[in-house]
Amino acid sequence: MNISLFDLEKNFQEVEPGLTDREAIEEANRCLYCYDAPCIKACPTGIDIPAFIKKIASGNLKGSAKTIMLSNPVGASCARVCPTEELCEGACVLNHSTKPIMIGNLQRYATDWAIRNEAVLFQSGKQNGKTVAVVGSGPAGLSAARELARMGYKVTIFEAEKEAGGLNTYGIVSFRLPQNISFWEVNQVKSLGVEIRTNTRVGKDVLAKELLDSYDAVVLAVGMGKVPMLGIEGEDLDGVYDAIEFIKETKTKQLTDKLVGKKVVVIGAGNTAIDGATCSVRLGAENVKILYRRTKEEMTAYDFEYEFAKQDGVEFRWLTAPKRIIGDENGKVTHIECIRMKLGEPDQDGRRRPIPIEGSEFIMPVDVVIKAIGQTRHLNLIEEFGLEHNGGVVKVDPKNYQTSNKKVFACGDVIFGKGQGEAMVVTAAKQGKESAYAIHQYLTQAVSETA
Amino acid sequence: MADLSINLAGIKSPNPFWLASAPPTNSGYQVQRAFEAGWGGAVWKTLGEPILNVSSRFAAVSFNGQRVAGFNNIELITDRPLEVNLKEIYETKKRFPDRALVASLMVEPKREKWHEIVKRVEDVGVDGLELNFGCPHGMAERGMGSASGQVPELVEKQTYWVKEVAQTPVIVKLTPNITDITATAEAAVQGGADAISMINTINSLAGVDLDTWNTIPHVAGKGAHGGYCGPAVKPIALNMVAECARHPRINVPISGMGGVSSWREAVEFMLMGATGVQVCTAVMHHGFRIIEDMIEGLNHYLDEKGIVSVMDLVGKSVHKYSDWGNLDLNYKVAARINTDVCINCNKCYIACEDASHQCIDRLTDENGKEYLKVREDDCVGCNLCSIVCPVDGAIDMVEIPSEQPPMTWNERQAAIGALVSCNVDVK
Repeated sequence: MNISLFDLEKNFQEVEPGLTDREAIEEANRCLYCYDAPCIKACPTGIDIPAFIKKIASGNLKGSAKTIMLSNPVGASCARVCPTEELCEGACVLNHSTKPIMIGNLQRYATDWAIRNEAVLFQSGKQNGKTVAVVGSGPAGLSAARELARMGYKVTIFEAEKEAGGLNTYGIVSFRLPQNISFWEVNQVKSLGVEIRTNTRVGKDVLAKELLDSYDAVVLAVGMGKVPMLGIEGEDLDGVYDAIEFIKETKTKQLTDKLVGKKVVVIGAGNTAIDGATCSVRLGAENVKILYRRTKEEMTAYDFEYEFAKQDGVEFRWLTAPKRIIGDENGKVTHIECIRMKLGEPDQDGRRRPIPIEGSEFIMPVDVVIKAIGQTRHLNLIEEFGLEHNGGVVKVDPKNYQTSNKKVFACGDVIFGKGQGEAMVVTAAKQGKESAYAIHQYLTQAVSETA
Repeated sequence: MADLSINLAGIKSPNPFWLASAPPTNSGYQVQRAFEAGWGGAVWKTLGEPILNVSSRFAAVSFNGQRVAGFNNIELITDRPLEVNLKEIYETKKRFPDRALVASLMVEPKREKWHEIVKRVEDVGVDGLELNFGCPHGMAERGMGSASGQVPELVEKQTYWVKEVAQTPVIVKLTPNITDITATAEAAVQGGADAISMINTINSLAGVDLDTWNTIPHVAGKGAHGGYCGPAVKPIALNMVAECARHPRINVPISGMGGVSSWREAVEFMLMGATGVQVCTAVMHHGFRIIEDMIEGLNHYLDEKGIVSVMDLVGKSVHKYSDWGNLDLNYKVAARINTDVCINCNKCYIACEDASHQCIDRLTDENGKEYLKVREDDCVGCNLCSIVCPVDGAIDMVEIPSEQPPMTWNERQAAIGALVSCNVDVK
């Protein structure tokens, strides 16, 4: 891509143009409209894909957007960030004859129409007098809230940040997912009468106990936290960033030229690492390297993200781990010392364990280090709710997302365990939706039991 | 290279592809461009008393994004003075003496009018005449075109009038807007027609605009029915050609048209009895240049089949077309799904389940892989599954050997009749 060093905002505009009307019609007409289609089964939220595509072909765009958003309350975001070649498009039967339908792009076409036309797609259900608190307004929390509101629950979402939307608002780079898409999805949920209390951190501004006492059920959808410490020397130097915070800044603050001409290394090789790297490129960095202690095979970033980073000129240094970050007398990062690794036996999560090669240390000059080695867990909050967990991963009944406290249902990244690859927005949406149905069952059952 | 030349009732052309009388043959400029491109013949835009046209004349039907699946027009016959047309016909024929140049004619159903125009156009050297008894819009309101083409007596009489003076072969162009086209075809033969051509366009309204509620097309907010043509009408035209071809008293050559878009339809029409075809809509969609593929494709087809002359195709399938009562009731085909080719879209399943005889099962093999299977005993051989299947070779319609000898409905009824009369005799 052509990076402008003067107009950084331009670098952060959405990369992929949407389909034109003609392109969308032609592609929609190419869909076979399979019966019991495999793409539906491959979608975690089970969107009736042939139906929404048929509606594009017939010119029923409102109906198309409705079909998408009914199954997936964050369907506009997913149209952009889903690894479609691993999901719906990977399952398309046309993989066996011609080429798969561009399902993601068609989904974006239909939802873009709804956004542009400010279409009202859903209405709240008849009030049933019951209340649910949702902690966190990311994909899982929004989905749970939307479905609960449609069933007549009075829902209040508690959100620590200034704006709702979670990962989709703050954590995915703008050139992939512009903020207005996430805000539209938030507004769809708000329009059903869901109250969203932003700037309200549960555990601080509101206590967990208060929620447990005053609501009929609680959805815990707080996701994950910051990037953990690398645990190496020099981590507190000026020029070391947390990738999550780094990306969030590009979405919330005026873009600055502080990276123009700089050398950047990103530690880690998940999708957030890729985002950190491509953001750096777009902020004008002269050279951006991703350091990963394993190889391409173990990398958790989606293939299309990896390709995208390569297109952006990001370099990958496999089997390389940081050992020490070196600064100058002013506390500014100047170098990073790394060590080469080799792969040993598979560890618990099945991936081969990286082992340092002794004496292979080397030093690279660098101005900025971005850490993207995963995310911490909201341990304190989980414990404040008194929930059983496994290293910060809340334990739930896989059937209904119910936690050790019957009143509390957990979904999204907060229940996402290690070794499951990369968490997906679409999975969080599915879990949020299903948590809502589980709560409905739990509360209506409770009624019939007491009656 | 096969011989592509045809001879239709004495009108010769180097290949069987003629332009139909329509907007592409409106002027000498256009027809000469077409001949330069390789067209074998052209029927000039219908001559008669010059008319006035309206603005906004055409409309087309798109189907699933495919443009011009069908085409509709409300344009009338030529709007240019007869003298101008005659001069250009003369020049065109002089430049392209080997091509068939036919004048389409339409005048009031009066003997002297027909005599006059026939003489004038033959004077400039046309190879033949085509009487336009088919135009369904506008002219019909004035008693011409399909208005006279729908009345067998008028067809016969006007053909006769023309034949009284014509020196060149006379083709009568028939309208499809009639219950049984063989009635008017036979009338044309009775009147002395040397050939018949079909089909003219079908009465149509292309659409209604969902926002303005105007007809499509509309003229200042008002619409009138037009004539429908293009790929969508081919089956209708092909049937009409075939019905005339197999009719014992319609024994003149047929010029076939209606949805001919490539050499493939030309082969179909010729097999069903046409001696050559006429084309319009495909040219309106793509220009005269399509003739290159039409000629080349036909040539390759004939070479592959080892046929030396395109005339050898004419009528070869006519004997295969009959009445329903002559079809073998004991013939049976059944669908067979080739699992290795099938892509599991399940379209055949749902089509059979909802719209046919519920004889396709969705099964899972020992590896957990889904597959589809036809219960052949329950399959009636309707073809629906193979029609909706998007993959070539995934569903075959396989002939099932019958234990019974062939028997048609007519034979069956005759046998029952014989049996009943036998019984009566016994009593």
